[in-house]
Amino acid sequence: MNLNVPPHSVRGTDTARVDLLLIADLVEPGARVLDIGCGDGTLLRILASRRSVDGRGIELSQAGVNSCVAQGLAVIQGDADTDLVYYPDLAFDYVILSQTIQATYSPRHVLEQLLRIGRRAVISFPNFGHWRVRTQLLFGGKMPRTNNLPDRWYDTPNIHLCTIKDFVDLCGDVGAKIERAVALNAYGTKLGVAMPLFMQNLFGEQAVFLLSR
Amino acid sequence: MSETPAAEIFSDHSVRLAQIANPQSEIVHFGSDQALPLDCGDKLAPFSIAYQTYGTLNADKSNLVLVCHALTGDQHVANVHPVTGKPGWWETMIGPGKPIDTERYFVLCPNVIGGCMGSTGPSSINPATGKAYGPDFPVITVGDMVRAQAQLLDHLGIPDVLCVLGGSMGGMQVLEWASTYKDRVFAAVPIACAARHSSQNIAFHEVGRQAVMADPDWCQGRYLEDGKSPRKGLAVARMAAHITYLSDDALHTKFGRNLQDREKVTFGFDADFQVESYLRHQGLSFVDRFDANSYLYITRAMDYFDLAADHGGVLANAFQGTRTRFCLISFTSDWLFPTEESREIVHALNAVAANVSFVELKTEGGHDSFLLHEPELFDTIRGFLNAAARHRGIAEAEGWRA
Repeated sequence: MNLNVPPHSVRGTDTARVDLLLIADLVEPGARVLDIGCGDGTLLRILASRRSVDGRGIELSQAGVNSCVAQGLAVIQGDADTDLVYYPDLAFDYVILSQTIQATYSPRHVLEQLLRIGRRAVISFPNFGHWRVRTQLLFGGKMPRTNNLPDRWYDTPNIHLCTIKDFVDLCGDVGAKIERAVALNAYGTKLGVAMPLFMQNLFGEQAVFLLSR
Repeated sequence: MSETPAAEIFSDHSVRLAQIANPQSEIVHFGSDQALPLDCGDKLAPFSIAYQTYGTLNADKSNLVLVCHALTGDQHVANVHPVTGKPGWWETMIGPGKPIDTERYFVLCPNVIGGCMGSTGPSSINPATGKAYGPDFPVITVGDMVRAQAQLLDHLGIPDVLCVLGGSMGGMQVLEWASTYKDRVFAAVPIACAARHSSQNIAFHEVGRQAVMADPDWCQGRYLEDGKSPRKGLAVARMAAHITYLSDDALHTKFGRNLQDREKVTFGFDADFQVESYLRHQGLSFVDRFDANSYLYITRAMDYFDLAADHGGVLANAFQGTRTRFCLISFTSDWLFPTEESREIVHALNAVAANVSFVELKTEGGHDSFLLHEPELFDTIRGFLNAAARHRGIAEAEGWRA
């Protein structure tokens, strides 16, 4: 690892996952943020450079954690399913779960924890209702594999995939208020706000939700 | 057992004893008007603290990195040791361009009170009797060690610490610093430690202490008066402790069941196995540089350490309101202070929404991994310290390439 790269520099911003840039735009500058499943710290770096946040991260993989900490990011090794209970109520302005909820054992429990420890929760996930997924299952008769969901059924970490409509239902069940919901197509472009939910659920490849209690 | 020549012992011994009263270190003496209040209720006065420094304090006095040493360590962290002639115990970590960069930071490492390298301890002269304190030295705690260090910083006119680091008992001091002096600690790196000494660890310490006290040359703790030294007892204590600092794998990789300079076992109690010879050497070389009573007192201080108990039984209370940036580090092969101990501290820090990083590094070296050449440990400390310094607005050292 080249330690001489200043940790705040955002390498490859242009190639950064579009949902991460979208999430960064949802976060108010200077906020206190917890990024759950922060991976190699890409989002934390974006948030630090663009929004000057006080950012923290939780990451399951030790390699990811070590790399983040060596870059000066405040990251701990931990598990979204089990470790959120240790945080006090409203400890953060934003709690972010990016492309991770579908890989948790208990998404409902995790979502409730997010809404407990953060004033707002930002959640992004791959939409299993996308037409490409639907047609693969309908016509191919096999578990779908897309650019967004490349793993085979037996080696995917995604054990709780859902559609945008499913997620909206869960928000209702846990009493979460949807402040914003954005669906992105395969090119990372936002689908029109006016587009009805069933269309978003069909053409959105991934979704980003901003929730509060 | 292969004996070290008597003359060599004598010379080492006298060099070591000289360090007690006249250490090759900076030293500050606190008089009777500056007594150190102790957790046991006594006061220690007068007392001295010996310390080493590296690098330069900046004009803002904001670049102090305080290094806390472990049980048998001392202040000679990055210079040749005056007694052993060996490199400092963290010379790989501290120096120009190293993770704790002395071009950028002012590094200070004090000898703990209770120690035997110049800070007041059981081998220092008791002003009431004119003889070494011996068993009359008050039982000290990790809290007392840290209070003495805070008094040292007051004396030096340094208001706060950019970062306090330490492994094992050094890590306990780091936690104590962060808990007791919240406003004086900008960043803290407790390594391979725990918020309380476990029952198993107290048990190991008790074995060591009993070994020392069973040596007739311990003389009820007054061996210095009698011109003796409980070398055998202290060596056995060190041998037992040394096993706990390594891992089963590390011992097996290094020694296996290999025999020491022989083709087959001798059906006797000589050091047939390499591992026995190694441990005997560890025990013997330790007694040349350490005081037996210091070993008793400092192990006791670790046993008494229980940060949660000091805060109503809830560890999180110890850190309530903290603004310190924490970085905890544990090692996979450390069974003396296993990762679970660090994780408990992380959970307590999470409970007060503290700024905390935590890495568990994959090593083979056991508890002593923090003293070894572990590139990931260097990367972690360099990165964390750099971020802390940047947040504090401390300029980068020249030659630091962006």
